[in-house]
Amino acid sequence: MAQASLIGTERLCKQYETAAGPMPVLRDVNLAIARGEFVAIMGPSGSGKSTFMNILGCLDLPTSGRYTLDGRDVSTLDSDELARLRNRVIGFVFQGYNLLPRATLAENVALPLLYAGAPRDLRSDRALELLEQVGLARYATYMPNQISGGEQQRVAIARALANRPQLILADEPTGNLDTKTSHEIMQQLVRLNAEEHITIVLVTHESDIATFAKRLVRFVDGRIIHDGGVSVATLEAAPA
Amino acid sequence: MIATMFQEAWHAMGANRLRSFLTMLGMMIGVAAVIMMLAIGQGAQYSVDQSIASMGSNLFIVLSGSTTSGGLRLGTGATPTLTTADAEAIGELPSIAAVAPVAPGSAQVVYGSNNWNTMVTGTTPGYLEVRDWSVHSGYPFTDSDVRSAARVVLLGRTVVQNLFGEVDPIGKTIRIKQSPFLVIGVLTPKGQSLNGQDQDDAALIPVTTAQRKLFGSQFPGTVRFIMAQANSPQAMPSAERDMTQLLRQRHHLPERTDNDFDVRNLTALANAAAQTTRVMSIMLGAIASVSLLVGGIGIMNIMLVSVTERTREIGIRVAIGARERDVRTQFLLEAIIISLLGCVVGVALGVGAAVAANFVASVPVVITGAAVLLAFFVATSVGVFFGFYPANKAARLKPIDALRYQ
Repeated sequence: MAQASLIGTERLCKQYETAAGPMPVLRDVNLAIARGEFVAIMGPSGSGKSTFMNILGCLDLPTSGRYTLDGRDVSTLDSDELARLRNRVIGFVFQGYNLLPRATLAENVALPLLYAGAPRDLRSDRALELLEQVGLARYATYMPNQISGGEQQRVAIARALANRPQLILADEPTGNLDTKTSHEIMQQLVRLNAEEHITIVLVTHESDIATFAKRLVRFVDGRIIHDGGVSVATLEAAPA
Repeated sequence: MIATMFQEAWHAMGANRLRSFLTMLGMMIGVAAVIMMLAIGQGAQYSVDQSIASMGSNLFIVLSGSTTSGGLRLGTGATPTLTTADAEAIGELPSIAAVAPVAPGSAQVVYGSNNWNTMVTGTTPGYLEVRDWSVHSGYPFTDSDVRSAARVVLLGRTVVQNLFGEVDPIGKTIRIKQSPFLVIGVLTPKGQSLNGQDQDDAALIPVTTAQRKLFGSQFPGTVRFIMAQANSPQAMPSAERDMTQLLRQRHHLPERTDNDFDVRNLTALANAAAQTTRVMSIMLGAIASVSLLVGGIGIMNIMLVSVTERTREIGIRVAIGARERDVRTQFLLEAIIISLLGCVVGVALGVGAAVAANFVASVPVVITGAAVLLAFFVATSVGVFFGFYPANKAARLKPIDALRYQ
């Protein structure tokens, strides 16, 4: 893996122990993602794409193989260093938004700053600035359940951006949204990729969402079966 | 950072008010029980200590011994074997600081139209020293009053109140068993003795006056008992030995015969009483601590439920960069807030209950800052101790499992 890549995996394997014996989910996955890329990961349920995302996000560890993020071998890091990577290098956007229900939008956005140890004034200023960026500054003191799903996802994006990450991991970010809102969210990610050069890795099973990306990786049975450009032909060849 | 986490913990508690309150209730009752039991225990100890102090320190009482007459064994004090001369001889011993012979009797005292029955004690000036007593107003009687068997009297406060009311008794003449006595002084109030007697219901007169003019005995010159004070607590064993030896010699007792007197260490008895109270108050505290422990277990129980309920929230926090210690601190803070709040209310309840007990049932209570501090310290420790396991459980959750939890 070239040092220039942000993400590199070498013979990455993950298997779960079940009553029927070990069940492999990822088999020898080799993938390099350079800085500034916009990659969509597709694949049927159980293909290992979500597990792969979790490993990329340092939320889960591989059974074997090497995962390098920002030049560091993740398997050698302790839990505090992993937390630091999740906090500073990675921003997460989930399908279910995952905002804290009892915190205001501003508090939700400021949370990564809290764990980064930023002082209070800086936190609230930055939270407002980020909400402004996603067009929701006027709702700063609202609770998540007072706004729509699309708006919640925009708040989640604002939160992901709090510590100016190099990488955004989006796991089915539009899964719960209608087409129009989905496209708005995707436009936002495209803009972040283009203007702020943030690397984006997106998991989706919707072809039209995948077309927003520049590169498509398709998983089947824990292996990468396609890695290349996004075109209507490749998308239709094996629908997810 | 801590301030924000504190705020978050506060919000989390507000989200389930009834549950937080019930958890706190356990702590409240525990702390209130501890505070109240300590107050009552220390109150009892205080009143015992007061009584001991009012009795005098390093004290012996020498009683005349039992006797056997015609196979009939009579109790202690049955034969009057002790004399004022014995008392004087004891006073010469190097290990003895002060001594006083005591010839007491109950008598009716009269002033004007008021009369009162009290304990009249015939003794020497040494008595005030032995009993660690002082004269509040007027003067004590002297050795020459004793030699001349003067009709002078020192009165305790209770007697003064009953005979004189608001009138100043000094210089007035009262009658004791029809004989006139000049009141020369009033004793400082002492309060209750260990066995609940009013020590201020007393009149002190020279021992010679009591023997010759008031209680007239068939054994002239004898006294009921002798009180003696040792130089120091360390001198008490040698003082006891010296007195026994001296009295056997003076009473011409051959070897192998029993003593015709009885030396008792009053201070040891009193200390035993104090020890009993101390044990009692420790036991009260220990029993109350059990409820504190139960309160702590309640906190642990609720925190465990809370961790399970909020697994997904923990997952979100971990995903955006919370370290294990951040999660642990958050849950520990919640446990500590619950215990501390419970403690504050518990202290108020406990102090209130103790004051009420004092007011309604006149139980002596002593509330010390140390007891309150102790309660706070214990409550915080309970919060940390019982909050730690759930907090650690939360911190150790695997991020991916926590995030997937529904």
